[in-house]
Amino acid sequence: MLGIYLSALVLLPIAALTAKATSGGPGVLWREITNPEALAAIKLTLVVAVVVVALNAVFGTLIAWVLVRDEFPGKRLVNALIDLPFALPTIVAGLVLLSLYGHGSPVGVNVAFTRASVALALLFVTLPFVVRSVQPVLHELELSMEEAAASLGAGPFTVVRRIVLPSLTPAIVSGVALSFARAVGEFGSLVLITGNLPFKTEAGSVYVFAQIQNENLPAAAAVSFALLVAALVVLGALTFVSRWSSKHVR
Amino acid sequence: MAIEVDSVSKRFGTFEALHGVSLTVTDGALTALLGPSGSGKSTLLRVIAGLEAPDTGSVRIGGQEMTDAPARSRGVGFVFQHYAPFKHMTVRNNIAFGLSVRKRAKAEIDERVAELLKLVRLDGLAGRYPSQLSGGQLQRMALARALAVRPKVLLLDEPFGALDANVRAELREWLRRLHDEIHVTTIFVTHDQEEAMEVAEQIVVMNAGRIEQTGTPRELYEHPISEFVMSFIGPVNRIGNAYLRPHDVQIVPEPGGNTTEALVKRVVHLGFEVRVQLTLPDGREISAQVTRAAAHELELAEGQILTVRLPAARVFTPASEPVAPAPSTL
Ligand SMILES: Nc1ncnc2c1ncn2[C@@H]1O[C@H](COP(=O)(O)OP(=O)(O)O)[C@@H](O)[C@H]1O
Repeated sequence: MLGIYLSALVLLPIAALTAKATSGGPGVLWREITNPEALAAIKLTLVVAVVVVALNAVFGTLIAWVLVRDEFPGKRLVNALIDLPFALPTIVAGLVLLSLYGHGSPVGVNVAFTRASVALALLFVTLPFVVRSVQPVLHELELSMEEAAASLGAGPFTVVRRIVLPSLTPAIVSGVALSFARAVGEFGSLVLITGNLPFKTEAGSVYVFAQIQNENLPAAAAVSFALLVAALVVLGALTFVSRWSSKHVR
Repeated sequence: MAIEVDSVSKRFGTFEALHGVSLTVTDGALTALLGPSGSGKSTLLRVIAGLEAPDTGSVRIGGQEMTDAPARSRGVGFVFQHYAPFKHMTVRNNIAFGLSVRKRAKAEIDERVAELLKLVRLDGLAGRYPSQLSGGQLQRMALARALAVRPKVLLLDEPFGALDANVRAELREWLRRLHDEIHVTTIFVTHDQEEAMEVAEQIVVMNAGRIEQTGTPRELYEHPISEFVMSFIGPVNRIGNAYLRPHDVQIVPEPGGNTTEALVKRVVHLGFEVRVQLTLPDGREISAQVTRAAAHELELAEGQILTVRLPAARVFTPASEPVAPAPSTL
């Protein structure tokens, strides 16, 4: 039952995409992927995704920390707002970002049509992942471990570095993996604010969409396939890291 | 080193967990904080360790003022109720933590860890992770971790609470011997009077955020200053407002003097001792404790009528002032 369900939703689409991408033979696949515009789009997507998940790892963990350990007025509201990027249709998110950080920005920041806008949009849509995966773990983390470390002579920084962070690593890694996957696949929020300038701000997903509109299906399939492989490799590697780091943390 | 706690109070919200508690523990002593759950034992222990800041009062360790010192500079070894193992570290690294934080040389750390592993009988398990240890082993690892830095005092919060009965008895015995070997001033928290009597040299009885009485196990048993202490330490019969230990109830062959009849309701064999549940003519129930030999001689059986003497019961006035043992009010 579950097998059929998962096959229909995950395995079949992956198989279909793979079949489509390789139907012209490896030569065609390789040519389409190494097409300069395609390559630039893939590279942009992957590089920005790496930067974005690195920022997420740091700020997502800090936000989770503040939400779990600190008390401040409006905490519940902030906590609820973290999920906003999940709730908002991404095209709407793109629109909001464009009106805030585009031409005529009310806050005086105009990043529209620059690479920064790609990062900005991806940061927005991936914000909740690390926060939401770290939060429950931090909540369950026994305070007595930190107290034990302190009574053994550890200062606050040592406690964070040697006790808290290692305990959170599996959660951070899994949040990072989800963020990365989302960043690679994100489309809606990018379309408006980045301007989709080839070789400059055109992300992989947007390139795929453009090729489909031009009825250049082999190119669309090839780049999709390349993004899929990149995402699977990174997810696989992160799963491995997460397994390894959580082997003994129960 | 000696520990001096002076008039410490601590509130959590509106709840007063400690009311002006003062306590002196002499250097090298093994002391139990004994009391029912919620009486403030853990809070007092945490105040001494610097894990909780008192609202008023002061704490001195080895003559040094420590009230405002952070936990990390108090030189206190603390063993948590659920051991608080560092789950992502091996047994070895758990034990080495305090030394590595102090940036000791690797050779020195290795030597000390080996010594402690032996002391707590975990040699061979150094490479394991906490998730691979039993409760008793975790307990001993936590103890080794606390001892590694040669603390001035050792504080243990319900050290045996989470263990099953067999392991518990063994660890008690072992803690006692360990203390004889290393002589570090030790305070442990327990709600089990038997555990306190068996392990500690000095017992501090706590009730509702106050210290009720301090003394050796024998002093507390023989001269409790309040009905709380009397009924908390050891079994007790309550007759009106007088209290009597079951072993003070004498079963005598002949009526005469201060005696009464009693009906044997139940006979419970507890190994060496036999507990006899008795009903007095006025319907009150008391229990008596006799040796096996005595029980055998009396041919104790349910339904039997005995003559008992209730010698001297203790009466505590409502202010919990001790009163000289009074003759039985019967
Ligand atoms: N951090 C805390 N916040 C609020 N109440 C607490 C806290 N710690 C302890 N208490 C309360 O203080 C009382 C005494 O607790 P504790 O010292 O743990 O008692 P014991 O160790 O004797 O069981 C309990 O009623 C407990 O609920």
